Amino acid sequence: MKKDEVPQDITFLTKITKELCYVKNETGKYESALSTGWQVKHEALVEAWEDINKNNEEALKAVLKGEKSPIYYFMLLNLMDISLLASYTGFWKFTIRRHMKPAIFNKLSNKKLNIYAKVFDISVEQLKNITKNE
Amino acid sequence: MSKIDYQHIQSAHCENGVTTGLLRHHGMAEINEPLIFGIGSGLFYIHIPILKLNNAPIISFRILPGQIFKRSCNLLGIKIISKNFRHPQDAQSFLEKKLNEGVPVGCRVGTYHLPYFPPEYRFHFNAHNIIVFGKDETHFYVSDPVMDFTSILTPEELSRVRYAKGLMAPKGYLYYPDRVKPLDLNTLKSAIVSGIKRNTRDMLYIPGNIAGVRGIAYTSSKIRIWRSKLGLRRAQLYLAQIVRMQEEIGTGGGGFRFLYAAFLEKAAEILNEDKLLTASDSFTEAGNLWRNAAVEMAGIYKGRLVEQKDFDRVADMLMNIYNIEKQAFKFLSKMKF
Repeated sequence: MKKDEVPQDITFLTKITKELCYVKNETGKYESALSTGWQVKHEALVEAWEDINKNNEEALKAVLKGEKSPIYYFMLLNLMDISLLASYTGFWKFTIRRHMKPAIFNKLSNKKLNIYAKVFDISVEQLKNITKNE
Repeated sequence: MSKIDYQHIQSAHCENGVTTGLLRHHGMAEINEPLIFGIGSGLFYIHIPILKLNNAPIISFRILPGQIFKRSCNLLGIKIISKNFRHPQDAQSFLEKKLNEGVPVGCRVGTYHLPYFPPEYRFHFNAHNIIVFGKDETHFYVSDPVMDFTSILTPEELSRVRYAKGLMAPKGYLYYPDRVKPLDLNTLKSAIVSGIKRNTRDMLYIPGNIAGVRGIAYTSSKIRIWRSKLGLRRAQLYLAQIVRMQEEIGTGGGGFRFLYAAFLEKAAEILNEDKLLTASDSFTEAGNLWRNAAVEMAGIYKGRLVEQKDFDRVADMLMNIYNIEKQAFKFLSKMKF
């Protein structure tokens, strides 16, 4: 890549920082240059987020229909899977799967709900009262 | 408490950046990012089909986290101190002790809870590296080499990212070079030669077909069957994943190939060996071809090109890259230093 080809596209990085890349200067030697991002990879990241957001919407629907407890939705919203949630909460994976059943979730103690809420960076109220506005 | 007079250095990749920053802080002014990357034999390729990251296969253009720092310091004759801590309190008090002694410290952290990161980049990635270089009553001072500014983190924020959970959990891991001596030219020369030899060996002779240059051919063969096997949408997301691994902050563009070409150019100058410039050109070409392939892949995941022949074209481009990189490493392996 040549110095005058360094992409300066508008991406998620643009307002926050610039990234450093290595380019050939006018004399054919390498030097570093700063880029605000590249459309091609920006689109790759956008695609990845669209996939994540689509899964999250489906998870929310499942919770509102009463098929899953809010823990399932917030787990996905925080880009976690059951193993990662188990590491953060200290619960067994088996226990978390149970907590994802609405009937069992509704009987959970405040202490346990608090552990989840803390991991998800929300209040217990938010965890319990999930709405379409999430 | 104190703030160490540390010069923030921005780099393409976090681990190169932390290594370069710490060594330069200890007086090794001739060290820069491409040198560290090359001496640490950082260039690699691996396609791990079984493990998934964000529901797509893991593809990496570099060696395992932590290796660049270890290999380059070893070859430069620098002793490293590194530690894990079972308890976050111990991790923090040890860090504060080193800062009080005036020693900037490298820390491995998770990116998901890093407040100064762009939100769209906050994934559960636990092999990010930062330098902590000071503390006042309320905050730690942090130099993150991929950002163009230094940041501050509260003790709680720092502890949270140092104790991120999941794959490669950092467990408070910190590290710093100890008793750095001035670098003599012969050590530097022999470190460069060893780095090149090791990288050549890793890329050409690693067993199996998913790693080294053969890994590129493996990915190529997979790209040909993804569309019919997984359906268009999943195949598109897999290609998007390749582009992210190849170009996302950290690689310096072209899946680290430009960074390696910059290293070989510097090595040619230090070793006074023009053949290395020829090799450098090959990696510049490989980097350019990786970027061309990314443009084609973007055409597919944006839905402009969706036929099997479009996937085949990308696969052909990767086979071309495979051949160029194989020839380049064979050329390097035949060189006498």
